[in-house]
Amino acid sequence: MTVNLNPPLSAGDIADLKAGDEVLITGIIYTARDAAHQKLAELIEQQQDLPLELEGQVIYYVGPTPPSPGRAVGSAGPTTSSRMDSYTPAILSKGVRATIGKGERSEEVIAALRSHSAVYLAAVGGAGALLAEKIVAASPAAYPELGPEAIYRFEVKDFPAVVVIDSHGGNLYNSGRKRYRQQA
Amino acid sequence: MREIETTAVTDLVSRFYQEANFSLPADVLAAFQNALHSEKSPQGRKVLETLLENADIAARRRVPLCQDTGLAVVFVRIGQEVHLIGNPLAEAINDGVAKAHREGYLRASVISSPCFRRENTGDNTPAVIHVEIVPGEPFDIAVLPKGAGSENMSRLLMLKPADGLTGLIDFVVETVEIAGAKPCPPIFLGIGVGGTMDRAAALSKQALLRPAGEANVDLKLADLEQEILARVNALGIGPGGLGGTVTCLGVALEEVPCHIASLPVAVNIQCNCARRASGSL
Ligand code: SF4
Repeated sequence: MTVNLNPPLSAGDIADLKAGDEVLITGIIYTARDAAHQKLAELIEQQQDLPLELEGQVIYYVGPTPPSPGRAVGSAGPTTSSRMDSYTPAILSKGVRATIGKGERSEEVIAALRSHSAVYLAAVGGAGALLAEKIVAASPAAYPELGPEAIYRFEVKDFPAVVVIDSHGGNLYNSGRKRYRQQA
Repeated sequence: MREIETTAVTDLVSRFYQEANFSLPADVLAAFQNALHSEKSPQGRKVLETLLENADIAARRRVPLCQDTGLAVVFVRIGQEVHLIGNPLAEAINDGVAKAHREGYLRASVISSPCFRRENTGDNTPAVIHVEIVPGEPFDIAVLPKGAGSENMSRLLMLKPADGLTGLIDFVVETVEIAGAKPCPPIFLGIGVGGTMDRAAALSKQALLRPAGEANVDLKLADLEQEILARVNALGIGPGGLGGTVTCLGVALEEVPCHIASLPVAVNIQCNCARRASGSL
């Protein structure tokens, strides 16, 4: 099933998504990698104001290549999500409804997705050139001093991803693997 | 004796590093096509189609195939009759990597001190350089931009000789199972067996230079490669890790002699973005 998502998202938008669903995102999403996560998680822990409103937002784990002249963004595929695992429960507690990356998440993240009504989406790792075509505009949103690790605001159109972990504990990485596993 | 100006080395490294980041080798694309026919999962086939389309867009628009444009791994084979003129070889190679970074709008993904100052070097240098001195006058170079997602899931184990082939195969399968979706499957496997710890690791990287679909010339080793491929694909991880019958597109295993008491095995995972470019001066 393909579902269109237009952030900001409500808990209701997320509730019906099932692991294995394909989604197309149109609207605004925010990028964040290791350094930005660390800063955000620190502020959340100290109960300080954040540089951007996270409620309902979608966070994309990506570190694009520099854009060549005339382009909004360079190659921009997902990076390995597990590096963000330790910060993710804090980020989700602020109302982020979806994170996009690639690869397995920790048990803590899976539990936090459930308790905060959020989903984990995977984009195709290695498809940075194709995914960049879905990003129509990019502008710095926070922490410009972090350079390529800064938080960017991406305007996306029909950005494709798959629901890997839904808010009810469904996990496509586990169920998919089980389904196609052959006994030795 | 043959003389080579190292400025030519710089230019060649820059050209290969860019070429590798914009165009996948034909054998890798053929492996995607074959997988598209054999993959049983519809979602897995969709990932393969996406990767083929991605390769097409990257080549046509000159956008890097993947945003992780890699750490530069450079293999050089130099004939002992060759005399290099100009900058030291390592400098010439690093100049080529920096030039590719600038001209190709590639990402700077290298930090200077992993222990204390994780500061970006700014131009994606230094490269990891492997040099082999061979007879005669050849000068061959191969450039392999290596992404961290797959490199981070690679492993090495010093097995006991008594562990034998069963132990070797189990270790490779376990490595791929632990890696799961993280190294951007479908993957390729470079396996180095023998030598010392360092030799096995370098050999596993070198094995990744072998074109996809090309078996080891030693028939017994070729059979071993096939057995490993079948075992790994039985894991069900599939393209993108979403479940499927094609987890690995090719296994290249190389062996060298080792100590009577050793069985070093290094497994270097290469992602679907199996970039490389090579040629000679
Ligand atoms: S593992 Fe390979 S395909 Fe995946 S993000 Fe890294 S370089 Fe790209």
